[in-house]
Amino acid sequence: MSSADLAHERDLAQQGAAARKGDLAPERDGPRDTGLDDASLDRRLARTWRTPPGIIGALSSVDHKIVARRYLITAFVFLCLAGLSAVAMRIQLSGPERGLIGPDRYNQLFTMHGVTMMFLFAVPIVQATGIYLVPLMVGTRNIAFPRLNAFSFWIYLSGGLFAWVSFALDMAPDVGWFSYVPLSGPEFGPGKRSDVWAQMITYTEVSSLAVAVATIVTVLKQRAPGMSLDKIPLYVWAMLVTSFVIVFAMPAVMITSTFLILDRLVGTHIFNPAEGGDVLLFQHLFWFFGHPEVYIIFLPATGMVSSVIAAFARRPVFGYLGMVLALIAVGFLSFGLWVHHMFATGLPKLGASFFTASSMLIAIPSGLQIFCWLATLWDGRPIIRTPLLFVFGFFFTFVAGGLTGVMLASVPLDLQVHDTYFVVAHFHYVLIGGSVFPLLGATYFWFPKITGRMMSERLGRWHFWFAFIGFNAAFFPMHIVGLWGMPRRVYTYPVELGWGNINLFITAGAVVLFLSFVLFTINLVYSASSGAPAGDNPWNAGTLEWATSSPPPSYNFARIPVVTHAEPLWAERDTLPVATGLRVDARELVISTVAEAHPDVREKSAPPSIWPLFAALAVGATFLYSIFSPWAVVWGAGPIAITLVGWFWPKGDPEDEE
Amino acid sequence: MKQRPAADLSELPTFGLGPRSPTWWGTLAFMALEGTGFALAAGAYLYLAYVSPEWPLGVPPPNHWPGTIVTLLLLASVVPNHILNRYAEACAMVPVRIGLIVMSLLGIAPVVVRWFEFPALNIYWDTNAYGSMLWVLLGLHTTHLITDVGDTLVLTVLMFTRHGYSGRRFGDVGDNVFYWDFVVATWIPIYLLIYWMPRLD
Repeated sequence: MSSADLAHERDLAQQGAAARKGDLAPERDGPRDTGLDDASLDRRLARTWRTPPGIIGALSSVDHKIVARRYLITAFVFLCLAGLSAVAMRIQLSGPERGLIGPDRYNQLFTMHGVTMMFLFAVPIVQATGIYLVPLMVGTRNIAFPRLNAFSFWIYLSGGLFAWVSFALDMAPDVGWFSYVPLSGPEFGPGKRSDVWAQMITYTEVSSLAVAVATIVTVLKQRAPGMSLDKIPLYVWAMLVTSFVIVFAMPAVMITSTFLILDRLVGTHIFNPAEGGDVLLFQHLFWFFGHPEVYIIFLPATGMVSSVIAAFARRPVFGYLGMVLALIAVGFLSFGLWVHHMFATGLPKLGASFFTASSMLIAIPSGLQIFCWLATLWDGRPIIRTPLLFVFGFFFTFVAGGLTGVMLASVPLDLQVHDTYFVVAHFHYVLIGGSVFPLLGATYFWFPKITGRMMSERLGRWHFWFAFIGFNAAFFPMHIVGLWGMPRRVYTYPVELGWGNINLFITAGAVVLFLSFVLFTINLVYSASSGAPAGDNPWNAGTLEWATSSPPPSYNFARIPVVTHAEPLWAERDTLPVATGLRVDARELVISTVAEAHPDVREKSAPPSIWPLFAALAVGATFLYSIFSPWAVVWGAGPIAITLVGWFWPKGDPEDEE
Repeated sequence: MKQRPAADLSELPTFGLGPRSPTWWGTLAFMALEGTGFALAAGAYLYLAYVSPEWPLGVPPPNHWPGTIVTLLLLASVVPNHILNRYAEACAMVPVRIGLIVMSLLGIAPVVVRWFEFPALNIYWDTNAYGSMLWVLLGLHTTHLITDVGDTLVLTVLMFTRHGYSGRRFGDVGDNVFYWDFVVATWIPIYLLIYWMPRLD
């Protein structure tokens, strides 16, 4: 930032001060950080920003790092549950006509595996990573709307518990993760299983929409002074684009699940062809969400890859502008592909051709990103550590999955392998390759920031090779068995088909993949307690989250950084330029302008509150009750309204006034 | 890392109105996602109308008068809504209080008339898919209407307490004005779809 810019900011401030007129209580000022020595500044900020002690305090926390940590741990537990259900399915399929699991339980298992991986693991964990990292990377003290963020976690937790308690009660959904009508409709889906699917969707989507809004506003309005649009880290760009995709895609699945529950509960006929409804409408609405969903999971992973590659190649990512434009292009194009999930439904030829073309088109920006990363590594001096190993695993696996994706975009091939293990192989290559490998690399990369300790490099390498070999051994043969005609979602197969040996091999691969996660868990637990101390910036990376201590204090930064470069810590290696003048007795942070990030307002960030938990309980109880009676909406409205008023009503904290 | 002061923020104001405030952007984001919900529900209605051989299905079109009255009330409310916005920007307490009372009444009035819209549809939700979609569209908008009226009422009470004398609360009034515009704007296409599309030949 030049001195001319700073002069401009001072003018802006004076205008703001002069504009203070009207019926306002006199501004209550408090002590500022200007001139405070480091020790007393830390002490006072810690008192202002701490999460109160005790159980009520913990339940009231609005610290983005604490909420994110809860999200990460919860999502990891759901990953384990969904992974174990996959292992159970693989054991059942390891040979022909095995009797470990019956068809009904198997249906519930593959459905729970899918919904848990998609809605309770993949989306929440990429968003949770963003909740933790985005405020740190843009140099602010908390996420925007911290109470909404806390609320989103409680809603997510109740949705996940609801689904898995249903499974324990033998009433888990059993119609596949996309729950097509008429199978899930009132005629063919008796009991409450499909209702559990529908409301589980509602919980998780409310939660992820809330996080998306908080993330968007954090990125647009809370960036550190000087972090203009062209200096935003690529990871933050990825989270911003992802959040926009969520805002426009998730309402589609909420509409779908609401229509389904209306059909089931109050007798509407939206999906009933006998009364003017239409079953394909369900598929259109679902996949209008479902395809962008893939990119909701994938785009944050590209951001993680960019962070890891820049740090280990020791240079900024090649082609910053191209990378940002590719992210935005993928975000837009992701909405133009949904029909390729419906090629087997007998669509008009022209429509099918259009969606074939658009499905192939998205390979262009995705390929551009891959080439920019390769160029970065080529030009840099790569240091191969576990995070980078997982990035290499990502390249290989994701490109293989992308290639079968381009194959599947062609209608004749798609019709041939529709609903076979070829498709299962394809989307596991894309999802595990495209998202889980980067996530694992990201865990090794940012674990030191979150815990203050390094993960074991040795165990990490073992983990990588187990995961990489196990994954390919489990999923590559699925392409073949799919081409042989083995359909997905069958609980067993007869001996005569000759699929026994290859399935045994697949199961062996799955066991190796499972063992890799055992190693990972051991590494996490061991390193969290006794890993080597990390220091602030163990990788010598360039973005702002490494400018503060590991783990960061409750207030993130003692003074808000002033950004002059896309990799601020590489541009300013000795001393960090910072801004002064904020209050230390109230939760103040800087609101900046959207494009240039000129500091504009000293805004208060909401203090801890128990009300988001109460609101989540009221909303959650309403959703639960709505499975049984439409009157839930009426009876639930009162408690929801009361808890929301409790949430927003000012309590007289210094943060409430002004 | 060592730090060196490079900018002084001490003179920055403690609140900003409209697009200067994060709440305004949050409101905008919620409008975007709820607007997507409206668009998809309307799309579902048009899709079913398109695949169906006749539309409306077997019943006369709805009686549009209650809906038309709601439309006129909503459109009329936009004027005082924006006058209120001007006073909120000036942080003028007395006119803001009057404006909020006016807007509360202008919010309750369409809710009351809305009650008569449901029977005027001439069909129940469980008769056929056409009836289902009419109730869904009307129900979706009614949820937004009631939510925003509730919000306006709470805000009105709040502005009569000592907490009202705060820039952030005047900002809240501005955001409430902004959201009411959204409630009015989303109604227009829903109104046309429910009452006038079945009258197209």
